[in-house]
Amino acid sequence: MAKNLMKGCEAIAEAAIQAGCRYFFGYPITPQNDIPEYMSARMPKIGGCFLQAESEVAAINMVYGAAGAGARVMTSSSSPGISLKMEGISYIAGAELPCVIVNMMRGGPGLGSIQASQGDYFQTTKGGGHGDYHMIAYAPASVQEAIDLMQTAFDVADKYRTPVMVLADGIIGQMMEPVEIKENTGNAPKKDWATTGWKKGERARAVVNSLYIEVEDLEEMTERLQARYRQIEKDETLVECYNTDGAEFILCAYGTVARICKTAIAQLQKQGVKAGLVRPITVWPFPAKAVHDAMCAPGVKMALCVEISAGQMIEDVRLAVNGEREIAFLGHAGSRVPTAEEIAEKVLAMRGA
Amino acid sequence: MLEQNLFAGFGGQGVLLMGQLLAYAGMLEGKYVSWLPAYGPEMRGGTANCSVNISDEPIGSPVVSKATAVVAMNRPSLDKFESAVQPGGMLFINSSIIDRKAQREDIRAYYVPCNEIAEELGNGKVANMVMLGAYLEKTRCVDMEGVLDALLHKLGEKKANLIPVNREALKRGAGAVG
Repeated sequence: MAKNLMKGCEAIAEAAIQAGCRYFFGYPITPQNDIPEYMSARMPKIGGCFLQAESEVAAINMVYGAAGAGARVMTSSSSPGISLKMEGISYIAGAELPCVIVNMMRGGPGLGSIQASQGDYFQTTKGGGHGDYHMIAYAPASVQEAIDLMQTAFDVADKYRTPVMVLADGIIGQMMEPVEIKENTGNAPKKDWATTGWKKGERARAVVNSLYIEVEDLEEMTERLQARYRQIEKDETLVECYNTDGAEFILCAYGTVARICKTAIAQLQKQGVKAGLVRPITVWPFPAKAVHDAMCAPGVKMALCVEISAGQMIEDVRLAVNGEREIAFLGHAGSRVPTAEEIAEKVLAMRGA
Repeated sequence: MLEQNLFAGFGGQGVLLMGQLLAYAGMLEGKYVSWLPAYGPEMRGGTANCSVNISDEPIGSPVVSKATAVVAMNRPSLDKFESAVQPGGMLFINSSIIDRKAQREDIRAYYVPCNEIAEELGNGKVANMVMLGAYLEKTRCVDMEGVLDALLHKLGEKKANLIPVNREALKRGAGAVG
């Protein structure tokens, strides 16, 4: 199949459709408006449903309903809008329902900026909504990877009956790159639990619920979730190790920033400095072992975490190395994207120090 | 090969399109490409710009901070991005509406009267294609016909009649720096 030059947001929307998503509920916010725009044009043509809700809260609860009825369903938003969806996401996690949520991160806190940011790492990986739940969260670093992960996201959501987030940023959403979108990747499993109507004697009644008044009942549910999360950690963790063999300097970054680190690594190579990158593709589950092994390898002298935030993922990096190595940080809170030159200079300065 | 380009001008000059055509043409030649617009609080009459990478290898940073070539279609763009040219890199200046020369001496500056040439061709809108022709002549990073294929893809067959004037614009731009 020939490659096509596509904008990240549009490519993500088309990838979702090819993965069998037929329901989209959303509310506009920059920099992800191209997703609902694309869906509004495509969904009616393929018998799907695009609905612009009256708010983000309404949109996520429509997702909740469609997921309960067994649909492949998604929503998308950007940071402030994702905050509004958090209550619904917690309910969906508690009701053990599958859905996909795209977050094109922008600067925060508050309304922040409309530029790219990585300030929602804590919100994504440490809860966001209330209660003991997790979302699987994929952090693509290119438009093609966003497409591939989008298709994976629907399968994984169905497999574990859990909300899955695709955590990108404004740059991934607005950038154009050559891509290939695989067609008809959707293979939704049969959903016996879906509330699709009931006739006596056919099957057990399907109930969508996240309320467990009895302590024992709630504990049974949360233990089931926790067991599932341990399985997800074991089977679904994704990571890329780039140039790490024999590197004296290890960078850790995800998404767009990881790509910028690769350019910095090429610049450093020209100056005789061998640096490598460990890139979490899932930020939850966090690839703790791979990060530890890359950063604590015998030849490694220093390690640096780079983010467009005041330092969020670095907490997981530090937990992963558990004091075996000091982790330096380079980042900007808000939306200023670190440049490759800045990263290379930081590495050289640390090396000289 | 890694060409890291910044195209800048005011809204309506077609700087985002120039970048897209270049990226598309690069893709047609099997190269790695990326196109990233500045999508901040740009306003009408304000500056618009995009980063375009073309490479034989996978592209790292999609954000161009140090450019092998900068295209400045108006004065504010020149003022903002002259410093972003790598030493030895190229700076293309739309001399029709930019009233100053490049200040740096460690770069190669080319002056292209884009608007005048476009008007001579009878279509003021092709000023961006004149500049793209000059850019292609000096960088040789993609084939001119690929750019026209990209333009046809963008315009659609119904507007295929616009291809000849755009081809002419590319050629005249190339001639202006050749």
